[in-house]
Amino acid sequence: MKTTKINVKELTLHYGETKALDKITMEIKENQVTALIGPSGCGKSTFLRVINRMNDLIPTVGIVGTVLLDGENIYHDKQDVVVLRKRVGMVFQSPNPFPKSIYENVAYGPKIHGVKDKKALGEIIERSLHQAALWNEVKDRLHKPALGLSGGQQQRLCIARALAMEPEVILMDEPTSALDPISTMKIEELLNGLKERYTIVIVTHNMQQAARVSDDTAFFLSGVLVECGPTGEIFTKPAQQQTEDYITGRFG
Amino acid sequence: MNATRGTYTKALKELQQEILRMGALVEEAVGNAVESLKDQNPELAQQVIKNDDLIDGLELDIEDKCLKLIATQQPMAKDLRRIGTGFKIITDLERMADYAVDIAKITLRIADQPLIKPLIDIPRMAKLTMEMLKDSLDSYVREDVELAGTLRERDDEIDHLYAQIFRELLTYMLADPKTINQATYLLFVGRYLERIADHTTNVGESVIFLVTGERQVLND
Repeated sequence: MKTTKINVKELTLHYGETKALDKITMEIKENQVTALIGPSGCGKSTFLRVINRMNDLIPTVGIVGTVLLDGENIYHDKQDVVVLRKRVGMVFQSPNPFPKSIYENVAYGPKIHGVKDKKALGEIIERSLHQAALWNEVKDRLHKPALGLSGGQQQRLCIARALAMEPEVILMDEPTSALDPISTMKIEELLNGLKERYTIVIVTHNMQQAARVSDDTAFFLSGVLVECGPTGEIFTKPAQQQTEDYITGRFG
Repeated sequence: MNATRGTYTKALKELQQEILRMGALVEEAVGNAVESLKDQNPELAQQVIKNDDLIDGLELDIEDKCLKLIATQQPMAKDLRRIGTGFKIITDLERMADYAVDIAKITLRIADQPLIKPLIDIPRMAKLTMEMLKDSLDSYVREDVELAGTLRERDDEIDHLYAQIFRELLTYMLADPKTINQATYLLFVGRYLERIADHTTNVGESVIFLVTGERQVLND
């Protein structure tokens, strides 16, 4: 029985007057992949960004409710968001490596957090690139520009960059939607290994991907969490008609 | 609900129609096999045996369609259960058709002998079995879980009838060894009918799973 890593209780979020999330309550289990699915505009990406407080960057945002990470509320006043974002890493839809070398991309985070020793940095970079299944492809060109890599490689570099911070949770917002099928498959395979060390939450438009990679799936619709459960159950006998309609493609 | 995935919905409907068509052929096969036995009609028996190829072909056809639907449409939830149970129902139907052929073969084997007794219980058992077959297919097309549920008691009834036929034929065999040959064949017929009834309860179980996603045993 997996422990709960993130416990969300009655989370409501407004952008100005518009309610984007309505009393979301759910548990995200440790060392598992949890997929968030739903039609465009349902709130899944907004919900993802709640977990590392990225929505704070939007001036009109209003958030009520609690989000517990290992039992502690990340929205309390004294929470250091920089520390939070070290523990909760993020990978975005379009690969966004820095316009620097491969080495510098992965070293950036640890350097900012005070790692100066070259040997230590080297170890972190190698480990992270291994974990992102990219090491063999780039080990002989670490000081070449990251932007010279293919799309799929750039995305794995972004994953390595997040892993270099030794996070506990990795949030992924449609990480493969800009990639070709083979790169997609490589990253999906990667998730299988990564979840042994990390807790992963992934937003995806691709239902078959959610079915392939996740242990639990949460279905969002118009800011409401309609249903959440083990992926096998959700895709073979969902409890809610709305979930059934969405996953069988009968709407949306 | 709107008309998204119209092609897919149509394909699922066609799948259902094909399964029902196969079911109708199986109903006909079982009915004709028993009639051929009752009336000692070898021509009818031959027809049953010949038509079995058609049923076998349909099973493979439908299986292909199911596989293609999985590959091309990525069915989920009830659609997925529909295809999964589709595989199982056609297997059950094909087995029932094979038993019909077995009964028809017995008609041929005893064609040149007078019946050791007028057949009463076997046709009765056959009638009940065929009603179960019809209702199992009706429950499938109407997605009627209650109707599927009735198959459980009726299967018990079939089991009792079979035991009765067994005892009666045993009595004949003990009284007159010359009847052993035919009586044994008639015993087999009873067994085949009992197996057909059992397969209809499998269809019923598939229907319940299709509609509710839950498992229920209908033959203990």
